[in-house]
Amino acid sequence: MRRVSRLTVFFAGELGLAALLTAAALHEPGPTSERDRYRVATTAPSVDLRQVTDAVSAVNFDFRGIDTLGEEFILFVSVSGVLVLLREPEAEERGLIIDAADAGRDMKPTSAMRGWMVGTVGPKVLFGLYIVGHGALSPGGGFQGGVILATAPMIIYLADGFKVFRRIVKFRMVEIAEAAGATAFLVLGLLGILAGREYLTNVLPLGEANTASSGGTVVAISWATGIEVCAGFVLVMYAFLQHVLAKREAAE
Amino acid sequence: MIFYASMAVAGWLLLVGLYGIVTSRHLMHLCLCLTVLQSATYVMLTGIGNRRGASAPVYAGGVPTSAPVVDPVVQALMLTDIVVEATVVALLLAITLQVQKKTGSTDPDNVSVMKG
Repeated sequence: MRRVSRLTVFFAGELGLAALLTAAALHEPGPTSERDRYRVATTAPSVDLRQVTDAVSAVNFDFRGIDTLGEEFILFVSVSGVLVLLREPEAEERGLIIDAADAGRDMKPTSAMRGWMVGTVGPKVLFGLYIVGHGALSPGGGFQGGVILATAPMIIYLADGFKVFRRIVKFRMVEIAEAAGATAFLVLGLLGILAGREYLTNVLPLGEANTASSGGTVVAISWATGIEVCAGFVLVMYAFLQHVLAKREAAE
Repeated sequence: MIFYASMAVAGWLLLVGLYGIVTSRHLMHLCLCLTVLQSATYVMLTGIGNRRGASAPVYAGGVPTSAPVVDPVVQALMLTDIVVEATVVALLLAITLQVQKKTGSTDPDNVSVMKG
């Protein structure tokens, strides 16, 4: 299709869409509507019924747990897709050549920068673990904490290059961690069935709100998600870095 | 008022993201336009969940459950989506790399013909 005719068709559609969006926004009933019952049903009950003081985590890992399971498997499948598309079968044997390609990378940090970068790794890991572990109490949880944890290997790559990154991040281990995180979510859901209730029912001891042991399966699923998200992001990084370095090596 | 403002921003992001996708000349640019388009849902969801004078849906530290809070359902939808979207974009960029390898081009117009 020619560019002009394509744009003509597109703008006709875009105008129609804009009109529909405007109409929809103007007819939106607002906060007093029926929809507010979702908010009412998930806020106070998260504390009263689940001992979880962060209602978002209660929704994510309990009330809406089955949807989150689906979302997590979108993540799982995407990561698998990246690994399949970017796989470099012989890259492992070419370790030495990868080192040479690594030495030629564009950005080499000064020793002061490197020191600061490496110095942030410990706090990053601690902060990530804190965010994953306290999802039931304060804003946080597996998704947010997992991403924070995944930035630690990334900063190691930026500071020291792929050689050190690869020494710290064992591909097979991360792969296993990702699969284990995904499986743990599924298995934690089965606990509900084993207890004679529905799938993903919160059957672990709920504890007391505002204490670290509160929330039952919310905390457990948060950890499972944290491990999977962190491992998934690290695998994606690994695959892209390996691909880029192998390409750079081929160019040299 | 804040509701209509967020709807306007969300609508604009959706339309401008679509425009970027349709007119894109590079697959990587297309992926980024998709993230712009998708961020419309974030703005819309937070706008829908917003309540006048309400705070975050967190009761940590003895906040009473009667305190006015915003809707946690839309926030939960949004936060999982942000993380999942990042890996989906990674997948699209991996496909972009493969397309470039196979066809030698990153212009979406040149790779529209599928070959077995």
